[in-house]
Amino acid sequence: MPDQLLFAMEVFLNGLMAGVLYALVALGFVLIFKASGIFNYAQGVMALFAALTLVGIMEGQVPFSHLINAVFGTEVHHFGWHLPALAAILLTGVVMIVLAWVVNRLIFRHLVGQEPIILFMATIGLAYFMEGLGDLMWGADIKKLDVGLPQGINLWIDETTFEAFGYGFFIDNLDLWATGIAAALVVALTIFSQYSKQGRALRAVADDHQAALSVGISLNFIWVLVWSIAGFVALVAGIMWGTKSGVQFSLSLIALKALPVLMLGGFTSIPGAIVGGLIIGVGEKLFEFAIGPLVGGATENWFAYVLALLFLVFRPQGLFGERIIERV
Amino acid sequence: MATNRLKAAGAALVSACLLAGPAAADLVFPDLSYRTGPYAANGIPFSDGYQDYMTLLNERDGGIGGVAIEVLECETGYNTEKGVECYEATKGEGALLYQPLSTGITYQLIPKATADGIPVHSMGYGRTSAKNGEVFRWVFNYPANYWDGASHAINHILAENDGDISGKKIALVYHNSAYGKEPIRTLEELSAKHGYELMLLPVDHPGQEQKSQWLQIRRQKPDNVIMWGWGVMNQVAIQEAVNIRYPMENFIGIWWSGSENDVLPAGDGADGYKALTFHNLGDDYPVYDDLQSYVVDAGKAAGAGDQLGTALYNRGMYAAMLATEAARTAQEIHGTADITPAMMRDGMEALEMTEEKMAGLGLPNFGPTFSVTCSNHGGDGLGAVAQWDAGAKEWSLISDYGPADEEVLRPLIIADSTAFAEENGITPGCN
Repeated sequence: MPDQLLFAMEVFLNGLMAGVLYALVALGFVLIFKASGIFNYAQGVMALFAALTLVGIMEGQVPFSHLINAVFGTEVHHFGWHLPALAAILLTGVVMIVLAWVVNRLIFRHLVGQEPIILFMATIGLAYFMEGLGDLMWGADIKKLDVGLPQGINLWIDETTFEAFGYGFFIDNLDLWATGIAAALVVALTIFSQYSKQGRALRAVADDHQAALSVGISLNFIWVLVWSIAGFVALVAGIMWGTKSGVQFSLSLIALKALPVLMLGGFTSIPGAIVGGLIIGVGEKLFEFAIGPLVGGATENWFAYVLALLFLVFRPQGLFGERIIERV
Repeated sequence: MATNRLKAAGAALVSACLLAGPAAADLVFPDLSYRTGPYAANGIPFSDGYQDYMTLLNERDGGIGGVAIEVLECETGYNTEKGVECYEATKGEGALLYQPLSTGITYQLIPKATADGIPVHSMGYGRTSAKNGEVFRWVFNYPANYWDGASHAINHILAENDGDISGKKIALVYHNSAYGKEPIRTLEELSAKHGYELMLLPVDHPGQEQKSQWLQIRRQKPDNVIMWGWGVMNQVAIQEAVNIRYPMENFIGIWWSGSENDVLPAGDGADGYKALTFHNLGDDYPVYDDLQSYVVDAGKAAGAGDQLGTALYNRGMYAAMLATEAARTAQEIHGTADITPAMMRDGMEALEMTEEKMAGLGLPNFGPTFSVTCSNHGGDGLGAVAQWDAGAKEWSLISDYGPADEEVLRPLIIADSTAFAEENGITPGCN
């Protein structure tokens, strides 16, 4: 097999893996938009906040320690424990649920019925507030996140492909885990929305707020529920991206990677987020591989948006989005 | 009655002046810091080191030449527009010198500070051709600049290959920005001179996703990789290098890719990674005892007091030391303790960093010895190589301070600065 074809196959597989990581971020946007019509600008910051909280809890860091020490003249920094990853993830999940409740209680409950742009602006404010809160709680230093996920080349794939093609493919173990976790997450979300009472209520709210209210579904409860789920998805995305690069404030910028995925997959479809992520991941990696060297490289960021725009021209609602027809 | 009113008005005026800003006699050094945003993890230790050293001089020595130092901190968030706002907001306070810690902000400040007559010191960043002081009268970039750094990296690779790198393949993984593109011209010129093949791999901001670049490195197997990164790009690049099992001893970063922040997330895999530097590392210097007792223990540290001895804290402290030594030189030249920005420039142009001077400051062998002149605002361009020991979690110098290839760099600097002079109607000279 020609070398270039082998390399292209390797790039394709890595593109799929990268796409899964993009889809993980996009999933959080979709969940909230589907249930409430809010484009949550704060989704990237939620991933950052969740990852910061997870590391803080695992390492036994005292939240707001700088503030406490400055005000009271104390020298407290750590509780002195080191929690296992699973326990820390569960506790962080609880924090994200509390955050969802607070966000709805203090912000969105007061904005029911407002224009989408107002809700969007509220999430911008929320994003900056949460970034500051995360800094105040856990500090701005870069934190190593190790929840036990393996990283580095998968030797089995390397050896198997080497035996088959004479060239060993590089696939990162972390990406394989991310794929598995994303698949499990989508299956769990699908089962939840199809077969649980709350899931059906969530779908009812997504379809028609007024009709859902008229049959006794609590809008507040549903919004807290969906923000909690989005918070959990943000935690998973934060774990994956934080393991790759350390937990740091640029983690919030991963939201930029989700936007073309949303444009392509649609804002209201969970399968759309996954398929969109895969198309964007593969598309940008193959373009960089084939065309990048001819145009000086660094094409991935802009090409993802070009790809999404191309899809939009033919399907404005996105690949899996709902087509909205309004009567004039 | 009228006299009392006059006294009261006078007292109010004096109080207002005191409250409005630093006393006229203070030596004012703005600190354009970034403690928030994606680059805060790098901005915080630099700013802490910068401010703590100034505080030390105030607390221990009563300032410089008996005049207290006033640091005006202004948050830029590493944002160029905010950086310019900070400049505009602080220049009227008697600012003597700006060190913006951002190439983007530096580029914006060059025309403004030149017009206002306030020196800018872009230490190891900014516009490289500012080394030509006859064109850039108010801009300094000693002790080393980006092109020096590119040459230092190649010199190190040459030294490891007995002076012959012809036929070798060297990759540059760089931040796809003005900053990241700075070394390309130099590396191309050095490639022509030494016969190596240069492979360019740009990484888009912020650099969280670099799979394509590292797959290319895995396929093409360059003998060495040089990195020009900042922020998250550094951590991801080092992790990806670990993932593809690239030999870390062949991977060398510019000094902005050489802090603890960059290597710690990759754990043991980062062992052996190298980075350039223009100052020494660690905290085994007498000045740290004074910093601990006069600043940290006294509760006067700029930050949490937990960054002492880290690479970027040391760099911030070094920047402050060079600034205050230039101010001291200016005081000596002009015979006054209360110096102006123009006098500060004179002090910077006459700055001589000797080993004796550094030892006297509690920083023996902390940086290269160099001198600045009117025509040479970049010093002697000396740099060294540091290596990361993941077990001990510390950097250590593995080379002496060495020179850059002036034969290649000098014509590039003259060409770039001359073009700038022609574009801006500047007549080069020292007057």
